[in-house]
Amino acid sequence: MSSPSTAAPAVALKDVRFAYRAGRDVLDIPALSIARGEHLFLHGPSGSGKTTLLGLLAGVLVPTAGRVEILGRDLGTMKSGVRDHFRAEHLGYVFQMFNLIPYLSVRDNITLPCRLSAARRARLGGVDAAVQAEQLAERLEIAGLLDEPVTALSVGQQQRVAVARALLGAPEIVVCDEPTSALDADRRDRFLELLFARCTEAKSTLVFVSHDLSLASRFSRTVALGSLNRAAIATGAGDPEAVSARR
Amino acid sequence: MMTMLSLAWASLRNRRLISTLTIASVALSVALLVGIEHVRVGVRESFAGTIKGTDLIVGARGGTSQVLLSTVFGMSTPSGTVSWATYQKWAQHPAVKWTIPYALGDAHKGHRVIGTTADFFTRYRFRDDSVRFASGVAPTDEHAIAIGSDVAERLGYSVGDSIVLSHGVAAISFAEHEAHPFIVSGVIARTFTPIDRSLYVTLEGLEAMHEEEEGAGGLPMGPPEQAHAPGEAPITSFLVGTKNRFETLTLQREMNEDRSEPLTAVIPGVALGQLWQTIGSAEVGLRVVALFTVLVGLIGMCVALYASLESRRREMAILRAVGAGPRTIVSLLVLESGLLALLGAVTGVAVVYAGLALARGAVESRFGLALTLHALGPAEWGYLALVVSAGTLVGVLPAWRAYRSSLADGLSPKL
Repeated sequence: MSSPSTAAPAVALKDVRFAYRAGRDVLDIPALSIARGEHLFLHGPSGSGKTTLLGLLAGVLVPTAGRVEILGRDLGTMKSGVRDHFRAEHLGYVFQMFNLIPYLSVRDNITLPCRLSAARRARLGGVDAAVQAEQLAERLEIAGLLDEPVTALSVGQQQRVAVARALLGAPEIVVCDEPTSALDADRRDRFLELLFARCTEAKSTLVFVSHDLSLASRFSRTVALGSLNRAAIATGAGDPEAVSARR
Repeated sequence: MMTMLSLAWASLRNRRLISTLTIASVALSVALLVGIEHVRVGVRESFAGTIKGTDLIVGARGGTSQVLLSTVFGMSTPSGTVSWATYQKWAQHPAVKWTIPYALGDAHKGHRVIGTTADFFTRYRFRDDSVRFASGVAPTDEHAIAIGSDVAERLGYSVGDSIVLSHGVAAISFAEHEAHPFIVSGVIARTFTPIDRSLYVTLEGLEAMHEEEEGAGGLPMGPPEQAHAPGEAPITSFLVGTKNRFETLTLQREMNEDRSEPLTAVIPGVALGQLWQTIGSAEVGLRVVALFTVLVGLIGMCVALYASLESRRREMAILRAVGAGPRTIVSLLVLESGLLALLGAVTGVAVVYAGLALARGAVESRFGLALTLHALGPAEWGYLALVVSAGTLVGVLPAWRAYRSSLADGLSPKL
């Protein structure tokens, strides 16, 4: 696997189109560039294609047309197996909810990407994954939960475990898909503080997606998906009903 | 690989109930398959053990099975008679160590009566045993009769009881040998062979009975028997033990080719083998049923895995997000079904051995079936390999489905 160029932006999209069914584009993005270390807030109503866009960035979905470059590498030219390795090595992902594998302990959930990917393990700098997981858990205030079954955790705790997993091995890009939507205002603020602190520490680029515009002020850049996405404009300003019906 | 295995194991443990049930259903079918194999071997050994230590069974010229069936199993009718002179000729043959004569033709309430000599009680071998008495002794005079354990049990006879024989083997006979009753001298201990269903008298007793009957002007018994000197009544067959087993084949050929009186000499092991070939086809049916049970167990496993997929789509999405490719997901599910099949097979074999260890004593005393705790044979290993590999393959269908939906779902399954 080639080492991604350090000069290239973290994310670069060019004329990307995506349709779940032929002829009905969900996304049509002429251009989007995210610089390294940037904390990007991407907002849009639910059903406007935010998760689909993150799927493209993660290389789980393949664009119908156009180029998706992550760290200077074109995901479209990779074979699917290579893309899976690339994702494990360079990307951390936090879901809206249900972030954890129910049958693994907190510790095993956090170290899962490092167990699946040798390259991600290599990023730990020779320190044992379990040890790093403990350090990270300490900073995210979940150190006492490491041996608990994940089913015993509150939603707030689960989200912090998910952040620990996304950040272990300090991947270049951390992608969050509405991770705060299940948290109340107080817990949400504490969660964001911890997330920002850890991403800054790890020099990770943060791509944070939410429909909640009140969070925008904390980020270095805010982009409305609707303004990027020509497909939404074409089908009537990203009508959420229309899009979700298509999913 | 270790990671995949521990993931699969953790996932199965998470669905403990359904995993246990699946393992149980596979285990049951494997237990059935292996159990049938053990019982089959046991039955075959018991069958082959009906007669041991005898080198040749000789009767009047007839079919191999007929000689074997009529002499050893008390079934079918003898192919004819062997004259006393011919019997004596072969009994004194230099290669022959001992003989046991069999004179058939009479019965008692549907049970065969066999006229023989004391050699039967000392020479006859079945499995690794010889004839022993539960009570009483072997018949020595012409009014003494020994009875098998089934006869004693069914008809409620014990030593000292008086018995009247009848001519022919039908259960109801109107030709009773009333003039010559017999007294039970001994009850033979259970052998789990046709001996249990037979009665044994001396050749002299049999002859005396028939003579008294004729002398008393009894009913004509079928075709008039050839006249013979006293003590030289014809017999129906005889068993031969050779001095040197290597001479068996030569002796057999000599007997079969002798022109003075046409005989058929059969080697018990060979004849038993041929007979087993014909009646053994029933075991094929058993095996087919067992294989179908295994098939049902495997389909059940496939259904269980398939049904669990719907609730695991979120899990698949998480796995994909942290870098698991479709290949990882497929191998996870295939590994799960392989583990289930393996655990099922191991449990099934354990169940069979535990069951045999517990039940063999009861089975042996009840049915005379000596079930041995032998190690798994090549056929059984073959079955196990088949079950485990089929079980692993069964996981491919759900895995394929999981792979497809994980591609289509991306990172947000439609819950």
